[in-house]
Amino acid sequence: MRLHDFRGGVHPPGQKHLSAARAIESLPMPPRLYLPLQQHAGGPALPIVTVGQRVGKGELLAQAQGATSAPLHAPTSGTIMAIGEFTAPHPSGLPLPTITLEADGAERWIEREPPSDPFSLSPVEVAVRVGAAGIVGMGGANFPSAVKLDKARQAGVHTLVINGAECEPYMSCDDRLMRERATDIVDGIAIMLHAVQAPRALIAIENNKPEAIEAMRTACRSDTRIEVLSLPSRYPAGSAKQLIQWLTGLETPAGGRGTDTGLLVHNVGTAYAVHRALRYGQPLISRIVTVSGGAVAEPRNLEVPLGALAADLFAYCGGVGEDCVRLLMGGPMMGQPLPCAETPVIKGTNGVLALTLAEVGEHHSSPCIRCGHCVEACPMGLLPVEMANSARREDWSGIQALGLSDCMACGSCAYSCPSHIPLLQYFAFARGQLAEQRREESKAKKIRMLMEQRQARFARQEQAKAEAAAQRQAAKKQRTVVAVEDDD
Amino acid sequence: MIAAMATLTSLGLLLGLLLSLAARIFRVPSNALHEDIMTLLPGVNCGQCGYPGCSSAADALIAGQASPALCPPGGSALARDLATRLGRTLESAEDGPPLLAAIDEHLCIGCAHCGKYCPTDAIVGAPKQIHTVFQEACMGCGLCVAVCPTECLQLRPQAATLATWSWPKPALEGA
Repeated sequence: MRLHDFRGGVHPPGQKHLSAARAIESLPMPPRLYLPLQQHAGGPALPIVTVGQRVGKGELLAQAQGATSAPLHAPTSGTIMAIGEFTAPHPSGLPLPTITLEADGAERWIEREPPSDPFSLSPVEVAVRVGAAGIVGMGGANFPSAVKLDKARQAGVHTLVINGAECEPYMSCDDRLMRERATDIVDGIAIMLHAVQAPRALIAIENNKPEAIEAMRTACRSDTRIEVLSLPSRYPAGSAKQLIQWLTGLETPAGGRGTDTGLLVHNVGTAYAVHRALRYGQPLISRIVTVSGGAVAEPRNLEVPLGALAADLFAYCGGVGEDCVRLLMGGPMMGQPLPCAETPVIKGTNGVLALTLAEVGEHHSSPCIRCGHCVEACPMGLLPVEMANSARREDWSGIQALGLSDCMACGSCAYSCPSHIPLLQYFAFARGQLAEQRREESKAKKIRMLMEQRQARFARQEQAKAEAAAQRQAAKKQRTVVAVEDDD
Repeated sequence: MIAAMATLTSLGLLLGLLLSLAARIFRVPSNALHEDIMTLLPGVNCGQCGYPGCSSAADALIAGQASPALCPPGGSALARDLATRLGRTLESAEDGPPLLAAIDEHLCIGCAHCGKYCPTDAIVGAPKQIHTVFQEACMGCGLCVAVCPTECLQLRPQAATLATWSWPKPALEGA
């Protein structure tokens, strides 16, 4: 198949050698797991367990709320210790409603009911099972996979793209998953093809992972619908829109979705989770996480129960050195800084990094020299320098006109800026301010409505009072008339 | 009795006629800009801007004596709208963080006074029960603060949550 190209992009140092050679190991079950109720895009899950309740491994802890949401299951058997707030894996360090589960060490599974043959189920039933297993996009977008499968089938998608590009530096969890569990992934892909009723699948892998490409080619040799493609390594090839451009040359319309081009992109981790759910009836309760960075003694790839703390992962990998200046959840390009290591792994966590000062590369920013490197690097064809200037001036209509909503915060512009201007921070600031404006506007609208309703209620009450008074008057008058007649 | 009724009725009719005539003859032509601004302002006459009510605040805005950010309940959304309507620039320092009413449950005696004054029905609570403020419905007008006998109602800045938190502006040179 002929590959096309996408514009822009950068070549950050891969740093994958730190962890890519290490086979996946299982993290020993931590004593306590912390499961935030909001691990996905959409409405938070609604807890259905009570404090003190004993639960089995895989038991439903919280159910999906609303059309776009995902349920949450117990990653191990144990007792519910608390349903309260706990530090979210988020740069603010603010809390999220969280279920705390104390492991009993028994790993007692609940009764599982996998279908005898996933392909005998209707596509809708497959999507329902994927949704019930709590599967969300494992690449980090956290979008409920069942919703994506359903929408794609309705849109008549012709190609399922399995994203194994893993373009983020340091990350090697997808690489190891493809090397070690290729047949399981291919089975998951076949089930997903059935769910979307698409005729073919493409597995896209960057060419810096030759072992993974080889393993996947071997695993899907018998299935002619599935093809493995080797992509040139360039960040951000693993972004859905760029991947679609690599494969088809089609650009996703601004504000549109990948399915608008007839392709559906899912991560390899998602395909693996679908395989576990439909073959073994296992909900999504664990994932592969890369633990890496210059400050980690022994970088590794770990299979981690959801809810384990980043601190547990670092401790298993020999601890974090004193030279660590920053903790990240996700890769160095798009990951989020963590306020502390005591934050839990969630469904979309592909890696946790502890970086040294040399890796972070803190620089003072200097004035823009108008070199245009950021414009060349932007894969979305935006003007990062102009957008940052608008954000600095707080010109919100200007930055929207420049296409802030199309920016996916890949960081290629900031990476290529020789003046080290914090472009991404300007965009994040602008996004926050615009969201704040939207919230304020919707609140002002709501308050106006409440005031009008109150005034209408008062008017009704006044009218009711006046009517009651008139009735009393009429009754009194009648009584007087009757009395006068009686007197006569 | 009939004579008294007739007198009062004719008096009422006469005065009513006089009033309606006066309203026509001494009519003050109203300003379209004033009306526009009145539709933007919350219209609760809370007096937090320092003017007796929304109408006099609108006059002051038109005369250029008041800043578009004068209305705490309207917040920065209203300040922006007013600035655009009046063709004035808004200095970002003009609006502080929005303040919303909050009840200290230890001090609330359940007198149920505050709820009657709230223009948006943001306060709930039955007599002799602890009251609370729906933050989503409160606009921080402060009318309830004045009537609370135990001073348990206060205007406070909102605590950030994951839904409202956002990155600050980079405090760096360059760009």
